[in-house]
This record gives sequence, structure tokens and C-alpha cells, in this order.
Amino acid sequence: MNRFDYVRAGTVAEAVQAFAGADSARFIAGGTNLIDLMKYDVERPGRLIDITRLPLGEIAEHDGGLRIGALATNATVAYDDRVRARYPLLADAILAGASAQLRNAASTGGNLLQRTRCYYFYDTATPCNKRQPGSGCPAIGGVNRIHAIFGTSEHCIATHPSDMCVALAALEATVQVSGPEGERSIPFAEFHRLPGDAPEKDTNLRPGEIIVSVDLPDQDFSRHYTYLKLRDRLSYAFALVSVAAALELDGDAVKTARLALGGVAHKPWRNTEAEALLQGKPATRESFQAAADLIVAEAKPQQGNAFKVELARRAIVRGLEQAAAGTPQSVTDKRIQ
Amino acid sequence: MTQTFSSTGRDSFVGTPRSRIDGPAKVTGLAKYAGEFSAPDLLHGYVVSGIVAKGRIRSIDTSAAEAVPGVVKVLTHENRPRTAWLNYNYQDQVAPPGAPFRALYDDKILYSGQPVALVVAEDFDTARHAATLVKVDYEAEAPSVDLTKVGDFAYDPPMKRNGIKPPPKPWGDADAVFDTAAVKVREQYTLATEHHNPMEPHASTVIVEEDGTYTVYDKIQGVSNSQGYLANVFGLKKDEVRVLNPYLGGGFGSGLRPQYQLFLAMLAARDLGRSVRVALTRDQMWTFSFRPEAIQTISLGADRDGTLQALRHDALAPTSQFEDYQEVVVNWSGILYKCDNVALTYKLAKLDTFTPADMRAPGAVTGVFAIETAMDELAYATGQDPIQLRLKNYTQRDQTQEDKPFGSKELRACFEQGAERFGWAKRDPEPRSMREGRELVGWGVATGIWESMMMQTSAHAILTADGRLEVGNSTGDIGTGTYTILTQIAADTLGLPMEAVTTKLGDTRLPEAPIAGGSWTAASSGTAVMKACRDVGEQVFRLARQMDDSPLANVDFERVAFADGHIVVADDATRRVALVDVMRAAGVERLEATGQAAPDKDFNSQYEAYTHSAIFAEVKIDEELGQVRLTRIVSAIAAGKILNPKTARSQILGGVVMGIGAALEEESLMDTTLGRFMNHNLGEYHVPVNADIHDIQVIFVDEEDRANPLGVKGLGEIGTVGTAAAIANAVFHATGKRIRHLPITVDKIIG
Repeated sequence: MNRFDYVRAGTVAEAVQAFAGADSARFIAGGTNLIDLMKYDVERPGRLIDITRLPLGEIAEHDGGLRIGALATNATVAYDDRVRARYPLLADAILAGASAQLRNAASTGGNLLQRTRCYYFYDTATPCNKRQPGSGCPAIGGVNRIHAIFGTSEHCIATHPSDMCVALAALEATVQVSGPEGERSIPFAEFHRLPGDAPEKDTNLRPGEIIVSVDLPDQDFSRHYTYLKLRDRLSYAFALVSVAAALELDGDAVKTARLALGGVAHKPWRNTEAEALLQGKPATRESFQAAADLIVAEAKPQQGNAFKVELARRAIVRGLEQAAAGTPQSVTDKRIQ
Repeated sequence: MTQTFSSTGRDSFVGTPRSRIDGPAKVTGLAKYAGEFSAPDLLHGYVVSGIVAKGRIRSIDTSAAEAVPGVVKVLTHENRPRTAWLNYNYQDQVAPPGAPFRALYDDKILYSGQPVALVVAEDFDTARHAATLVKVDYEAEAPSVDLTKVGDFAYDPPMKRNGIKPPPKPWGDADAVFDTAAVKVREQYTLATEHHNPMEPHASTVIVEEDGTYTVYDKIQGVSNSQGYLANVFGLKKDEVRVLNPYLGGGFGSGLRPQYQLFLAMLAARDLGRSVRVALTRDQMWTFSFRPEAIQTISLGADRDGTLQALRHDALAPTSQFEDYQEVVVNWSGILYKCDNVALTYKLAKLDTFTPADMRAPGAVTGVFAIETAMDELAYATGQDPIQLRLKNYTQRDQTQEDKPFGSKELRACFEQGAERFGWAKRDPEPRSMREGRELVGWGVATGIWESMMMQTSAHAILTADGRLEVGNSTGDIGTGTYTILTQIAADTLGLPMEAVTTKLGDTRLPEAPIAGGSWTAASSGTAVMKACRDVGEQVFRLARQMDDSPLANVDFERVAFADGHIVVADDATRRVALVDVMRAAGVERLEATGQAAPDKDFNSQYEAYTHSAIFAEVKIDEELGQVRLTRIVSAIAAGKILNPKTARSQILGGVVMGIGAALEEESLMDTTLGRFMNHNLGEYHVPVNADIHDIQVIFVDEEDRANPLGVKGLGEIGTVGTAAAIANAVFHATGKRIRHLPITVDKIIG
């Protein structure tokens, strides 16, 4: 861990200002990922800008939906009555991740910005294009059981580790940011990036920009949804594959479908073609299988994670079944519905 | 019970459930661990871990690190002080044959993660920061770390490891009989490399005393091992090095051998003349000991009714380039079942890794997984119940040891009582026949076995005039309950309340005892404490007889009991005298004795001694999604006398959970190009969490054993052995899919 400056910002403007003057500055809120990365010498910030005093912790009504302040903790969001009633998919996804202690500390904005759990990214003894651009990607051909099967590049096969973001992708949230050039809104699908030839960039945030809120649109996926997470142990593990499924049904037919996958790509993975395919179709296993087949057709697995393709296909079908039946996966009972 | 552990054989505390006496200290934070002791001006060492697996260090540039304010020195192979020359001096009590690893010895890189420098600074944060500034230039070679590719270089270790029985010579003709057997099972079984990962990472604090001697707090399972190592390596007299470790935050075998952080802390302390602490990070816990993987083939030839006619168990296991680590992997197959044609082989192959190490039930977890899965396969191949098959091939004699009978073996009772508790009779043996909702339900069973050992051990007992008793020796309580059971034994032997007894452990100033391992501590230290207390009891008795108007006049020692702080005539409770009154009358301030325990040569010449278990497992599997839920375990244990059913149960629970980890989750993933374990943190190396653990029931069956006066056999390892096989067998019963490669992860279920 390197030595660093520490400043505390009182306002968003101050935070943005503090960033401008420093090389390699990082904002810190819950610190649940950043501090780990600093201990591993993966992140070496010259300055930490503490933003925990900014007034961004509220969850408020906004445009018929909800505006979640960037500093609302994961626990606050997951247990908020409005979130639970209107966006239970989000609450369940949050509770499927981490531990109670981590959720109590981790912030909404920080969750979006958590970095991959690729073994090589975390280990400074090894090359990694994400950590050290141009050094190579030993995960390709190496130990890649947990790596991506969609949207990879020859430079990086890492996944985004968040559960919350998978739900936010399915719910089509909007990320509000503030930066040196003012405020802007980023649709969730455009917030995270695929690795391409610049895997060091996880997101499309510009230098010095700070997440202010995550806005949830007015919609109704509170009856037919699920967050189904498959992993190597029954709690406290990152997803091998996870599925956020949300449906609006018209009788037995699908009116709207939203589907996002976690643990399989550099960002929450959506396939709008598959969602469109479901539209108007009967909410049956057959329809769900067709959508799943369409999604996994694009998969490009590595030698160690080929199982994820079939696992994803099956998880999509089961997730859609759970959503259609109105029997979302329980967060506490690990038996899969 | 006819075996006595006190003068009367009356149990007051022994045999009853008692909470561990070190519990309050541990849960309130009063208990201090090796890395928590301090000293004025303590320096902190941070290890720089190497990044290549093979090759040499071309150069090390420490200038940037040394320029950091607060850095005192950066030790490397280029500037380290001299230590002992001969390998012999580095061989600790449990070292396998070979040349033990020496940190910062020369420019050679033997494995990835090897310590290449120690940054010593005034505080930990400075040392950690400066460690990132040490620049090491390597000349790297391609490492060999893939066990599947070195089978051609397998060899029979020329030097056998002390205390590890090599495979016995074959008997009968296993191959010929297998070829003509009516029913055959021949399969390969593998299991993954596991790292011990105790909660407490390894740490050593070396304190330089004013007189130039050293007080060392080391994370070790037995302080005498560290003391001997330090004395030999650094050319010190034993009385110049006092080693303590009152508490251990888990060891599981990783703390049997002194690890490199101890060497480095002492090296720095000697060099700088100041106290030094070196604590390893969680990631660095992957830079030394581990349970080795193994490739095993089991060949079973049987009659149609399942009677074994031929048994082969062949194992290939890795070791390092510098030591021949050995454990007992294949012998178990020959010990568990009666068979006239048996061949057992165990070979090693060298890899560019650190030396493997004993990990809870070393070798048995490995070998018993294979044989007990194969026996389940034979049960299905011969169409009979897996318990019946095991009983059909049951043996009361150890064919690997000249057919000697077992001193005691209540495995049959384990099967009976375990099956009863589990409800085994309700099992439909047909695979895929049991369902609950979407989930397939599977029930599996397996046998567990571990050697019951005793070691040369001493202990002391000191009775003071205030009626308090101190007992102790240098062995460690590694979280097993040793403090508690020794207190129980001491209290019973002298008829005192447990509160009047203080048990001291983990200090080389106490009488010498071996490291805590092998499940031998209860039998060995327990016996030594009992004998020391008996000796003190006899001393009190003699003084009591000399008292004026002694109520014990004309009474033999055999006729008295110790109870309620008194010596009592066994058949006349009115004749009694308080221990404190005896000492006061005699004007004696303290009475002390040292007790010795050793293996009973006479018994051992006639009998073989093992603990046994029958493990029953229930899994519920979502086959489509590959999710396995382990919902129930019943572990029925035959381990002689149970000193404390509460701590004993905890021991088995912990062992079972470790077995569950081996079965379903634990796997250190090696990058075979880099020669490096990659998932070196507890986020990616999975051990069971609460959600993975459900109902675990422990049964102790009655078993009378005479290997030692306590009738104790030891419980540290047996809970782990066989658990993985029971689970794998349950997975087969649930799904019809036989998985022979641990851990049983999602991909293997859906694959």
C-alpha cells in the first residue's frame, strides 16, 4: 500500500475540485473494494477524496420512479420499503451479494465502480492488461473458471462482479454524474464498457466525474421478477452466472421482458434481441428456451469456463420461469425454486 | 470402566461436557496470538514474495525501499547474516527427508511466492509500502507444476519419512486375481490441492531481552519444534531461546513445522539486535504448506456377492524439488478390508512448488476418499447395500501389520448407530429414486479411519498450600480443547474442583511435549498430566500418613480416593483429610512432580490402534443448475474414551466441515504456465460458509481401549476422514453420476 494524501469533501463541487488538482486521485466512500485493492498494491492513489460527508445518501421520489443517492448504502437500498415494494428485483440482487457487514458499508455509487475479481488483476506478480495496459492477459489460457463468456476481447476476459448492477441493467436505471464539465445522465447500458482494446477502463465515466445518483424509472416489474444467482458456495461468493429477469405479463403472454446476466461479461450482459423475441410470446418454457438459445449462441468461452454456457442457458430458462410464475428466488432459502 | 485415571476410577469431570476454559479469553480478546505480542521499539518485517516459480534472481535493487523514512534494513540473500551450514540443522521435528527450504539463502528460485526479501521498518505500514519498492530482476525458467505430466518421473522415495509407514509389501497376487475376478471396479480418483487457511495467518514475534536471550512468540502447534529449529539454525543454546504460543487461531497442520516467517523474524532480530515481528498476509498463506493433490487408481476384484478377492491402491503425489514429503495414502485400503490379494503403492513426483505438508488427517483424507468411493461403486456393481458390503469385508486384524488384531474396533457399532440415527433403512438404493420437489435427494455412506497414536510426553503438576494445582507442558492447544481436558483430568486425579486447577501450555519452560498433531495430544499429554498428578497425590498421601492421629493410618494408597479436596478412604468416607491440612501440618509450601507418558510397547507389540467412523451424508441437488445442498451429516465415531463430549463434538463438527470443504469447495487453482496458485485469498478459495452447513449430528459409540491408561484415542482428524467419500456417494445416489474428482463443483454436476 502506497502513501497517499487524504482530503475530505463537503460538497460535490469540492469533491470534483479536489480531484482536479491531483494525479491518480480516487474518491472513497465505503471503501470495501478500494481499500482491498490498495492493500494489494493494485490501486495506488496519490490522493483519496473522502466523499462520505456529501449529502447523497437519500432515496427520494423522482419522476414517478426513485432516485437513489450515490451514498445510500447497499443495505439501506435493499431494506427500503419503497424499493422492496416497487423494485424487489433490486433489493433481492443486493441481498444476494457480499455479506451484511459489507452491505452496511458499501455505497450505491461504489457498487457500480467495483472492479473485477479476476485472479490476475488482483495479483501484481502477474501481467494484466486491465491493471497494466499492454502487459498481457494470462487468464486467457490460464485459470479462467470464473471468467467471461460474452463480449470478451483478446486483451481481457474479466467479468464485472456486481449483483446490484445486474438488476439495475434489467431495470434500465440511469446514472446521474457530476464532473468538471457539469452534470450528465448515462443510461445504465452505457455506463459499463466491454474490454475491447482498453480493458483498463471499466466504465465510461470521465476523469473527475462523480456518481450523484442512480435513478429508477417508473415501471412495474414488482410481480414477475427474480434474481437467480449460481455460485460455488451457497453464500458469500461471486456469481458464476446470475440472472435478473423481469416480466410484464398480459394474461399468459409476455408483454415486456427484461433480462440481464451477471458473472458472464465485463458488464451486466443484456441481449435486447432476446427480450424482443419474448415479447408477445406465451410465457412458457419453450419460449424461454428460445430466448436462452439466442443469448448463448454468442458465447465464446475459454477452456476453463465452457460450463458457463450451458449453465447460463439453463439459468436463463429457470429465471424466466421463476419470474413468470411470480415465485422469485428466495434470498434466504438457498433451495432453487 | 475398569480403566482408571484417578485413584478410584471415579469420574467427576472426565467424561462430562465442559465448556472450554479458554473460551472467555478468546471471545473477549484477552487471548493474545503470536502476532499480537509486542515489545518496546518493536520492528516490523514485511515479506517480499517472489513472482516466478523457477529460475534465479539476477539482481535486487533495494535502494528505493531503503530510502523510505522508517525503513531500517532490507534483508536479501546478498546481505543476510550467516546461519547454519548443514541441512541437518534446518530439519525440524516433522521434516520429511531432504533439504528444508531456507529463506533468503541464495539466488535460486524454487517456487512461486518464495520470500526474496524482508523489509524491516519501524512500523508495519512503512514496511508494507517499502516492500512494493523492492525491485527484483529474475531470470525465469518454465516451471513444472502439472502432476498429470510427471508420472513418468515418479519414484519411490528412497528415504522414508520418520513416523510415516510406507506401503506394506504386497501379499497374494492382486493383479492376477483381479483379472479373473467376477466383478471388477477400476477407476481413477483425484482431489485438489488444498491450503490450510487457519483464521490466524502465520506470524512470529522475536523479542530481544536485555540479557541477550530471545523470547519468541510463534504461530506453531508445538513450541519445542520452533525452539529446536531456532537453536540449530542460529547456533543458540536452547536456554537462550524461549518460545511461547499460548493460543493458536487454527493450525490444521500448517503450524507443525516452523515456517519461514519465524526464520526471517529471528534473522532480522539477530542482525539488527532489536525485537522484530513478521506477520504474513492472507495471500502469503499460499506461499508454503498445502495438502498435496494426488492421482489414485483403485482396483477392486470381488466375487458376485461382493467378497473382496483383489485390491490395488496406487497413488501418485507431488512433492517439492527439495524435500520428499510423504504421508500415508494407500495403506488405509489394506487396513480397512479383509482381502487375500493386496498391492499398495505410493510414489512421488517432483514439482516446482513448496513442500506439501500435513493437513488435518494427512493422507487419510486423500486415500480414504478413493477407497470409500470405490467401495460404493462395488456395492452398486454387486447390487448390495454399501453398509452390508463393508460388513461383509470387515476385518478385526490389520493385514498391513502382520495381521495383528486391533486393540479395539467398534466400527460395526458406528454403522449400526449411525444408520439408525440417519434413517438409512428408508433409503431406496436406486440412483435418482428419491426426490423432494425439484431436487434429487441422495444418501451416501463411507468409513473413516485414523491412526491412534501416543508420543513421548512429559508434564508437571504443582500443588501449592493454598489448595491450587498447576499442571502443564509445552504442547499447544490448537483450538481443540486441550486446556480443558487436561484441567478435567488434573482435577479428577486429585479430587479438586476444575476452578482450582490452572493449566499452562505452549511454553518451552514447561516440561517437554511434542507438537500438537496426529490426534495424539489427548492420549499423550492427558496421560502425562494424570501421572504427574498421581505422583503428587502419593506425596500428599505419604505426608498425610505421617500426621499425628492420621485418619489414614494403616491405609494403603490403593485404598484411598481423592475427592472434594480431600484424601478419603475409599470404603470409609468418614476417614478423610483435606489436602491443604496435610500440607499445612507438614509445613510444605508446594509439592510437585513430573509425569512421563510414552507408547505402551507391550500393547503395541500385540495390537494395532485406530479410530474409526461411519459417516452418513444427505445431499439435495438441483440437477439442472448443478447446485448441491448438503443438508445432513451423521458422523458416528469410535475413538475410545471421550474425555469431554462437548469439546469432542466440536472437534468432530470442525472436522466434518473441513471434509465438506474438501468435498464441495476447496481447491487451490494452479496456473501451470506461471507455476502459481491464483485464487490466493478467501474470496476466491472457497471454504464452507454458514449457508453451506446444516444439520451435523455426532455420535460417540462406546469403545474400550487399553493403549493408554485413559483409554483415549484422539479426535483431531477422524471427523474429516471419509466425509468427502460419503458426500460423493450421496451425489451418485441422487444423480446417478459418479464424480471421482474433488471438489464436486457445479460444472461437474451439469457436465
